[in-house]
Amino acid sequence: MSIRERLSGNEAIAYCLKQINPDVMGAFPITPSTEIPQYFSAYVANGEVDTEFVAVESEHSAMSCCIGAEAAGARAVTATSSCGLALMWEMLYIAASCRLPITLACVNRTLSGPININNDHSDSMGARDAGWIQIYAENNQEAYDNMCMAMRIGEHPDVMLPVMVCQDGFITSHAIENIELLEDEKVKAFVGEYKPAEYLLHPDHPVAMGPYDTQPYYYEHKYQQVIAMENAKEVIANVFKEFGEMSGRKYDFIEKYMMDDAEEAIVIIGSSAGTAKEAVKRLRAEGKKVGLIKLRVFRPFPAAQIVEALKGVKVVAIMDKADSFNANGGPLFEEVCTSLIGEENIPKVVNYIYGIGGRDVSVETIEEVFTNLDEILKTGNVGQKYRHIGVRGL
Amino acid sequence: MSKNIVEIRWHGRGGQGAKTASLLLADAAFVTGKYVQGFPEYGPERMGAPITAYNRISDERCTVHSNIYYPDYVAVVDESLLESVDVTKGLKEDGAIVINSAKDPEELRPLLKGYKGKVCTIDARRISEETLGKNFPNTPMLAAMVKVTQVVEENAFIQQMEASYKHKFASKPQVIEGNMVALKRSMEEVKGL
Repeated sequence: MSIRERLSGNEAIAYCLKQINPDVMGAFPITPSTEIPQYFSAYVANGEVDTEFVAVESEHSAMSCCIGAEAAGARAVTATSSCGLALMWEMLYIAASCRLPITLACVNRTLSGPININNDHSDSMGARDAGWIQIYAENNQEAYDNMCMAMRIGEHPDVMLPVMVCQDGFITSHAIENIELLEDEKVKAFVGEYKPAEYLLHPDHPVAMGPYDTQPYYYEHKYQQVIAMENAKEVIANVFKEFGEMSGRKYDFIEKYMMDDAEEAIVIIGSSAGTAKEAVKRLRAEGKKVGLIKLRVFRPFPAAQIVEALKGVKVVAIMDKADSFNANGGPLFEEVCTSLIGEENIPKVVNYIYGIGGRDVSVETIEEVFTNLDEILKTGNVGQKYRHIGVRGL
Repeated sequence: MSKNIVEIRWHGRGGQGAKTASLLLADAAFVTGKYVQGFPEYGPERMGAPITAYNRISDERCTVHSNIYYPDYVAVVDESLLESVDVTKGLKEDGAIVINSAKDPEELRPLLKGYKGKVCTIDARRISEETLGKNFPNTPMLAAMVKVTQVVEENAFIQQMEASYKHKFASKPQVIEGNMVALKRSMEEVKGL
């Protein structure tokens, strides 16, 4: 029997980490992720976990601390947001290339400037090429469940990559909602012990980590990251399946909502997917053939699943909560389009940048997107493909 | 929004506990079996600045994660906000607004930009000062909101709050009685029902 509770997204992550009891947390506070190390440090102080909590002096050091701990064979976690993630940038790449399966709770907040504490995905989207697995949550339940699954994915011998568990700052991190928690022993049994094959300080198998890599080897080592990310697809599918059997909550790389016979669809990530579901439900009640595809996993990119889900769809809006400032389209737009190239009967595509810096996304915002898709479907004319919704004065 | 969702918007000033009141209301509704959302609208908060917090309370999980633009009910924790914030914006006419004020509802109605729905007042400051010895308006406001909205059954609410205070104030049980009196009196003293 699962435990019925009400928790914010940050509380849910901290609680899950308590259940997991990792070896090390290295963390530096930044809004809106501060509560995660704050709550967790209380668990440490109360003796509810035996984690080594390292209060570092910056996010660069937080990630460095996790890298050191993981290299030594420990299970390390951290949490951050926005500029904190940006300050980790250099070390994110080190973590991935050293094949250290660190788990990072990313509470998405926009990147400065101007300085702003609210949500969009510019922080983690900026880190999308760092070699980390990225899983996004719609709500507190998914944040909790994704954290339960993260280590099983990252620490799998075929993967050995760090994992970012993302949720929307304030929108889910600070909202109290109902949640079903798992018993401690179930979480512990599911996550298991971390037993890396190789680590520093092993007396019988000494290894070097992070040394200089010369031209004859560097490319091969980077290619191993390519293989690891490819391998992650099967591992993630298996972990989702096993978690579903244990918890009753079934997940996939993408979630399809009312996609049967849909002619118009939106592709979206995070908390706004929930808001968009309400818009889809209302429009379906009016007889409109509309649907929604939510990405839960962004790295590895679920290209095959998206292509499959878009079969039969005539026009699709790809929603980006981060801009690429490339005068062409956001990151999700570009990757969905790339996935569709070479397929037959592909839908017309349009990109919406939305929700930047906490600009509220309402059911009406999404209904407006579908109204625009109606127009494209009717006229066959896409017009401007790269659009910004919710900007005042447009 | 489907009919069985009650949406509430709270207006207060930073430091008055409007956010806490919204979380306590979510808590009370949760304990009585509801699906809840309780969330503040965050910005660069500082003491005394206007803040907004929200509740959605329903029988099924609500997936919407936006602010609330057409609330069923509005709570105003600080009367002085009536002059600076459009507190009845989008408020449904078959809903109600509950204002922390010593005045009668009809005295305040002229400040509400033609709002035709129910206007209630509760003298949260006086009740709080008389029962708790200090101005903690959120406890009386919480009780008044339960009375007006009926999102939680009244007796269940009182029982749940007592259990919650016993847990929260385990180290200073002397404050429990005052809080319970504040809750019960507030439910009786709401004007304009």
